[in-house]
Amino acid sequence: MERSKLAKVKLPKEKLVELDAFIDSLEDKEGLLIHILHKAQEIFGYLSLEVQLYISKRLDIPAAKVFGVVSFYSYFTQEPRGKHTISMCMGTACFVKGSEQILETFCNELGVKSGETSKDGLFTIKDVRCIGACGLAPVAMIDDKVYGHLTVESVKEILDEYRKEEQNENQHSESVI
Amino acid sequence: METVKVTINDIEVEVNANSTILEAAKMVDIQIPTLCYLNLEGFDIANQTASCRVCVVEVEGRPALVPSCAEIVTDGMVVRTDSPKAIAARRTNVELLLSNHPKECLTCSKNLECELQELAQRLGVMEISYEGERMLHEIDHSSLSLVKDPEKCIMCRRCETMCNEVQTCGILSAVSRGFAAHVGPAFHLNMVDTSCTFCGQCVAVCPTGALTEVNNVRSVVAALNDPTKHVVAQVAPAIRVAIGEMFDMDPGTISTGQLATSLRRLGFDGVFDTDFAADLTILEEASELVHRLENNGRLPILTSCCPAWVRFIEHQFPDLLDIPSTCKSPQMMFGAIAKTYYAKKVGLDPKDIVVVSIMPCLAKKTEAAREEMDIDHMHNVDLVLTTREFGAMLKEAGTNFAHLPVGEFDSILGESTGAAVIFGTTGGVIEAAVRTAYEWITGDELENVEFKQLRGLEGIRSATVEIGDKSLNIGIAHGLGNARKLLEEIREGKSNYHAIEIMACPGGCIGGGGQPYHHGDMEILRKRQEAIYREDAGMKVRKSHKNQEVLKLYEEFLGEPYGDRAHKLLHTHYSPKERI
Repeated sequence: MERSKLAKVKLPKEKLVELDAFIDSLEDKEGLLIHILHKAQEIFGYLSLEVQLYISKRLDIPAAKVFGVVSFYSYFTQEPRGKHTISMCMGTACFVKGSEQILETFCNELGVKSGETSKDGLFTIKDVRCIGACGLAPVAMIDDKVYGHLTVESVKEILDEYRKEEQNENQHSESVI
Repeated sequence: METVKVTINDIEVEVNANSTILEAAKMVDIQIPTLCYLNLEGFDIANQTASCRVCVVEVEGRPALVPSCAEIVTDGMVVRTDSPKAIAARRTNVELLLSNHPKECLTCSKNLECELQELAQRLGVMEISYEGERMLHEIDHSSLSLVKDPEKCIMCRRCETMCNEVQTCGILSAVSRGFAAHVGPAFHLNMVDTSCTFCGQCVAVCPTGALTEVNNVRSVVAALNDPTKHVVAQVAPAIRVAIGEMFDMDPGTISTGQLATSLRRLGFDGVFDTDFAADLTILEEASELVHRLENNGRLPILTSCCPAWVRFIEHQFPDLLDIPSTCKSPQMMFGAIAKTYYAKKVGLDPKDIVVVSIMPCLAKKTEAAREEMDIDHMHNVDLVLTTREFGAMLKEAGTNFAHLPVGEFDSILGESTGAAVIFGTTGGVIEAAVRTAYEWITGDELENVEFKQLRGLEGIRSATVEIGDKSLNIGIAHGLGNARKLLEEIREGKSNYHAIEIMACPGGCIGGGGQPYHHGDMEILRKRQEAIYREDAGMKVRKSHKNQEVLKLYEEFLGEPYGDRAHKLLHTHYSPKERI
């Protein structure tokens, strides 16, 4: 990757202040890299190159080490997430009940691969391990809401609900203006 | 020290309680193959990740095999290193590594130097039982110094240990996970876009072809065969005590004369010595030191011969760029003089001169292209070969190096002194500078030129040298982690040194990233260092300011040391760079 091809994002000042305050509140800063990355993702929504570089300089640890940790754990994301996150369970029970086909349906409907964000910015889809709702297999979570006994048909209906909701919100905000 | 008794393959041995099984086995001459393990004894450098599982052995009472490189012995431990189970497991582990390895050994630049290849042969791997997907990665050709081919990486992490713990550069780290895991820079950046110093120590310890140098042999051969070009060679001090190893000569053999002959036979039009330029460097650097001492200049002065070290300070300590000497390195000074003074003397257009350097170093390849050093938009040095590349070029040409007659370097850039030779080892540059500064400051002749207090292989050394009524505090660091410690002292205002020599590679240039592979045997570096001092002791002239060709160069062309023309041709400047 060429340096010039990496996206440049300006970090909002108030969010940096929040991150700084968090880092300052910790005693052993170096040992708490993962902790700090969690917080940073919570604040910024995702861990951009700039956020990683900032943390690397703040903690005086190499950027490669920070990136090593970020790229290791699937919880961390380096891309902006969609408004809603779909977590498709690929645990054993769901897998046996055909979760692979459900995931494929989600992906086809959204025109993305697992781990990516739809063009309209509405959904990010990812496959996860067992979420502990095996009785409802195959199951997915959209944000904090659980959807069980999924079928190819119900996937489309669920997505349409969210899209409709988004449309209504947009119309509402336009009429307010 | 507390000891314990262990039994290895029925042999009883008493060892230090903190020994590993591997170390204990070594005591009774039992060899256990290793791959990721690396212990550079005496240099405090060790990679003990136990990731490759090639050194596994059976321990009585333990259900699973244990990695002998990391397992500490216990009293009464019974070990079998040669059981069918252990041997089969080693072979399986190597087969698994090979199942995800491009099996292109014949065309790999590490062919016959590869530790994985050697291991496969030693363990009798005749087939690879595991077929399947192979990890695919792009080769990083971005820099002028090194090539990174992650497909050949076996995740031993030796490079990571070197880059992070020894050199403290932090460029290489394990990134991603599972099958996609590999060693690389932050954000998958190209090496050229990182703060890599190109010291090449990662290359020096890589067991496979995952990290190698950029090969310039073809370009040098093409230049030699171009009738319109006048091709001159310069050879760095550390080459003459190392290249023999590539031709089955004992480590520490001095082959200066064979080097001169070999270059002439390859067809170089001028066969010169970087040592000449090292003497020139001392005249400039000692002048700068005396100038700073007499004019309340910035102290300490830091040597600037090592281009990896120069990149290190630019990226890691951009606030301290006023302390290194402004002197170009000997390689670059040589190029600058070859394309001006020498060109004029032989009546050639400098554009038709090709300067080829034989260097123990990968960073020299990048240094040669530093634009701020150019003269009239021309690089000082055109092509840089490592010791290894030059050795390969000689082999390709069928040179029987060990049996070559002894030759001499050509005038007018070939004369050198003992002070120049010692540039090849840690402590040498500063000792050479002291020899000259002493006589310049006191006006007396220096009888004993050997400053033993500056010699050795300890990572950081310091000594006070009395020069007339002045006491000069001198610091020496080799390895960039050691350099960092001295720089942090300077930054904090705690440093009381007048002059500091820094070399990026452990041992200095004798341990350079471009030298014949030592494969972890540090005795080789000690022998190279002894040879450097032996070569110095055997020289008639041992002070740089007594080099007659250098003095003539000033008289005929440069004028005064540290004067206007010298500044234009022999000095440079530094610029702050990003740390990433």
